[in-house]
Amino acid sequence: MATTAPPDQAIATWTKADAKASRKRNAKLHRKEYVWAAAFMAAPVIGWVAFLLFPMAFSIYASFTNWNGIGKMKFIGVQNYVNLVSDPYFWKALWNTVFYMIGIPIGLALSLALALALSRSIRGRTFFRTVYYIPVISSLAAIAILWQWAYNGDFGLVNQFLAVFGIEGPNWLMDATWAKPALIIMAVWKGLGYSMLLYLAAVQAVPQSLYEAASLDGANAWQKFRKITLPMVRPVTFFLVVTNIIGGAMIFTEINIMTPTGGPQWSTASLVWYIWQKAFKNLQMGYATSMALVLGILVLIVTAIQFRMNRANNFSID
Amino acid sequence: MSLTSSTSPTADAAVARAAGGRELPRTRGMFRKTGATQDSPLVNAVLTVVLAVFAVIMVAPLVWMVSTSLKTKEGVYSLPPEWIPNPFVWDTYVRLFDDTFVLSGIKNSLIVSLSVTIIGSVFSAVAAFALAKMRLPGKNAIFLMLLSGMMVPFPTLMIPQFIMFSRIGWVDTLLPLIVPVILGNVIMIFFLRQYLHNVPDSLVEAAKIDGASYLTIFWKLILPLIRPAIAAQFILWFMFVWNDYLAPIIYLNSPEKQTLQVVIANMNVQYATQRDYPLIMAASVVSVLPILIVFLVFQRQIIESIALTGSKT
Repeated sequence: MATTAPPDQAIATWTKADAKASRKRNAKLHRKEYVWAAAFMAAPVIGWVAFLLFPMAFSIYASFTNWNGIGKMKFIGVQNYVNLVSDPYFWKALWNTVFYMIGIPIGLALSLALALALSRSIRGRTFFRTVYYIPVISSLAAIAILWQWAYNGDFGLVNQFLAVFGIEGPNWLMDATWAKPALIIMAVWKGLGYSMLLYLAAVQAVPQSLYEAASLDGANAWQKFRKITLPMVRPVTFFLVVTNIIGGAMIFTEINIMTPTGGPQWSTASLVWYIWQKAFKNLQMGYATSMALVLGILVLIVTAIQFRMNRANNFSID
Repeated sequence: MSLTSSTSPTADAAVARAAGGRELPRTRGMFRKTGATQDSPLVNAVLTVVLAVFAVIMVAPLVWMVSTSLKTKEGVYSLPPEWIPNPFVWDTYVRLFDDTFVLSGIKNSLIVSLSVTIIGSVFSAVAAFALAKMRLPGKNAIFLMLLSGMMVPFPTLMIPQFIMFSRIGWVDTLLPLIVPVILGNVIMIFFLRQYLHNVPDSLVEAAKIDGASYLTIFWKLILPLIRPAIAAQFILWFMFVWNDYLAPIIYLNSPEKQTLQVVIANMNVQYATQRDYPLIMAASVVSVLPILIVFLVFQRQIIESIALTGSKT
């Protein structure tokens, strides 16, 4: 805009020719800006095309082939998808993956409770906040190794702890019933600090006047929680549910480290673990690709439903 | 405020009575200071205990990890478990660096995470500047296109990406871990773009009139403005890349080329059969420690930027 003003001395004799020249100069300046803007955006756009669009397109094609990753790709139509539907291991892995999501509401409830406690004027708040956050930043591989040892039936920390209360703990990761809960407990433990931090910020942002008004109307603590706190932290809950579901669908590291064979009676194998196994251990690339696409679509659907529900409740996330 | 005066004197009085009654004025003053808003001190005391119990649960496994790493191979199996190793075995850490691939793992992890986050931050910042402050027809479409990338999970892309990189012979090198992510991070672009929306356009326009080139505008004007936002995102990204496990185990086969997370995971398998748990735990400690230090140093920025994540999305 600023560049359109003609030079000072030319104002007196501002002719059509000048206007034309100005426009030309302007267009040139704009073109220069476009070129620079395009150059500045180039890297991520190239990345997007080369490492997202292209692999995606390739994936869709590969999912219709029988292929070991090295040899020729043999087109077999929807055969992979047909096999998928009748593959009990796929359903089992999908079930396990969904089962792990039980940890999400548990973790959210626990972290909201902790956030509420921390939002009060308690001594050592910063200390607690830091301590709760340490598992979040620790590498998942190290945490998985640590908990695998902590879940050891005879010498593990968990069963030693339970023994204090006279409970004889199971041999967690070797037990088909307890392997999944064991992984859930660990995931809740690791993620607690993150959700708590987001909730804490949200709880502290709730205007104090709302609570005061409610007190004047005679609301008790539970009513205040239900009618003020919970609705006010809804955007955070929504954000956490969406990111946790997406993250939960990707669960792999702890499965592969703690139960390298998919757990007793395949009770811990997750979808991503099965995809990885098929693609890189059994070299069934075509089949694995079809599963990976199904996973991507499932995540997309769940996310879309979440957004739809959030909008239906008429709550903006901003 | 009125709530405070109605509830706290009774609690104060109760505490004072418990303390013997004589120190009433002093206890009152003290409690008024700590229980500043409407919180009752009794509830706060109970909650502090609850929070402390949780704090113990959160750190106990990590303390145990450190403690185990300093035990003898046999001390690991002592019942009841000993929290303070007897004797302390520092030699495990010497063995860790001499006999295993931990050192090369640290080196590889550093190469990957530093190159990705440093160069990637530059690409992201420049792109965010262009997306927020420069004229280009269809730039919003480009932004939405980039954002769509966040919806596609890595496992969906890992197989075709692997094939691509294996065709150009990059398997068992660090390049497949660096190249796809070094070109910019959508989350970072998103946050920096948001951040730049608060910077008035006139600032950039004024610099343009002064004849500054776009690179100069970015370098002299924009970069200093968005530095805090970059720093926060940079740390989060660094931790993410450092802790990544799935991509490295797909590409890296030779032990000396593996990143730290893969090295310790492999050690977990290898040394568990030899019952060398102190060594395994020592490796885990080493993989957690650098990030822990970074976290403790930059705690404020990290915690603030994470709290922001929730409110800005």
